[in-house]
Amino acid sequence: MIPRHQRILFWILLVSSVVMSVILIRLRERAHDRLLDASQTMPLNPPSHAAAQDVTLMIANDANGSLTSFHEKIALPGDENARAHVVLQRLISIYAQPGSAHPIAANSGVHEIFFLPLPPAVNTVVPGEMAVVNLSGSFAAEHPSGIEPETLTLLSILGTLHANFPDITQVRFLVDGQPRETLAGHADLSRVYLAADSPDVKHL
Amino acid sequence: MRVGAARSGTEARDILSFAAARARHPKGSIGRPCMFADYHKKSGLPHAGGICALLLASLLASAQTVTPPSATPPPAPSGAPASGAPEAARTAPAPQRTQPRFLVFLDAAHGGADTGARLSSQLLEKDLVLTMSVRLRSILNAHGIAVLTSRESDGLIPAVTRAEEADHAIPSACIILHATASGNGIHLFTSSLTAIPTTRFLPWDTAQGAYVEQSQRLSSEIDSAMTHAEIPVTLGRTALQPLDSFTCPAVAVEVAPLLRSASVTPVSDAEYQNRILQTLATALEQWEKDWRQHP
Repeated sequence: MIPRHQRILFWILLVSSVVMSVILIRLRERAHDRLLDASQTMPLNPPSHAAAQDVTLMIANDANGSLTSFHEKIALPGDENARAHVVLQRLISIYAQPGSAHPIAANSGVHEIFFLPLPPAVNTVVPGEMAVVNLSGSFAAEHPSGIEPETLTLLSILGTLHANFPDITQVRFLVDGQPRETLAGHADLSRVYLAADSPDVKHL
Repeated sequence: MRVGAARSGTEARDILSFAAARARHPKGSIGRPCMFADYHKKSGLPHAGGICALLLASLLASAQTVTPPSATPPPAPSGAPASGAPEAARTAPAPQRTQPRFLVFLDAAHGGADTGARLSSQLLEKDLVLTMSVRLRSILNAHGIAVLTSRESDGLIPAVTRAEEADHAIPSACIILHATASGNGIHLFTSSLTAIPTTRFLPWDTAQGAYVEQSQRLSSEIDSAMTHAEIPVTLGRTALQPLDSFTCPAVAVEVAPLLRSASVTPVSDAEYQNRILQTLATALEQWEKDWRQHP
């Protein structure tokens, strides 16, 4: 025969366990929702106090292999690295839209972008900068494979950086922070690209 | 690897050309005790070891005189010998000028685990370009053009190996075949490297820089032929391996679907592929004619 006080204690503990389980499950669901919300904030929301600035985006077109300049006003943060990040995210978000002339089904494109000062060359007065563009692995994985689409993406990024940040003279690409041979099996990512090589409005 | 078309009668000249190429490319000869051995494997010549030793000795003895076929100096104008030349040289019979060999290197991209683009649910880029490479080799052979292919089966070949094979063979044109599911018609790409002067030793990663001008002429030749065949062409420059390490006029040909106003012809369409291959063969025939005049 189980004493009465032990039976009461057992039921109290059982009810407490059930209540705690429900609370834990609910907290886990809320944390999961918060993580999902954080990953879906692409492109980055511009700060509300920043004034909209005119930026130039070099938009690629697969049908004729061309790059066309497109002007847009978007609010940009003060930091140069963050500004470049916002500009490139805007560029990639255009490619992710339905009906894009250069479709890239990517949720995220650029993790980070860093500007590194280059040592001044012997015969130049103005020192240049190198932009290190860290692409996301999902962007590379979902990028259409082919010489033309990959080359157009790289030239589009180079042209956009060159148009908005004239001090950039060289660009290096990483994927998830690591060097990678190609973007999606074709275009070489192991070399350093010269920003001045990017074409203006013309065919490849 | 397979060499198409009949081998020329001047076997020894080909071997010496191969030797000169190997001597000019030290990267390829590292770790190989006999630089001619793999040529003999390919050509099927007997007594490879003995011939190898003999050729090595003769090459060392006449290292200053061996030149690739395309570098054969033009004969001196008759009746105007160079001043100061010895009498024996002026009276000696003129050396017989051999016709340089025109060779096309076909590189079917990807292979093995490197599948390339997925062109449809059942078609991979590596398979399509291999099929097109084999068919183009047959068409060129039928036109009397010698062809060297990078692969004849589904195997993974590193870009470095492809470039080594091409550079050792000293081809007159290098065609890299690719395919994609986006774009329209044919995409012709040459290297985006800056042109550099031709020197005895070229940096491996940027060797194509010495051939950029010739590659653009070859691209223009293919562009003209494609336009004549009413196939839309997109011209471009790109950074691509092994293209940047080729020491020959080199063009990457990427096949894309054919977009018309109301229809789309996929890259898997046999008739579309035939049109492309026949047009490529026509362009390479024209390139051979130009190359014979200005090797």
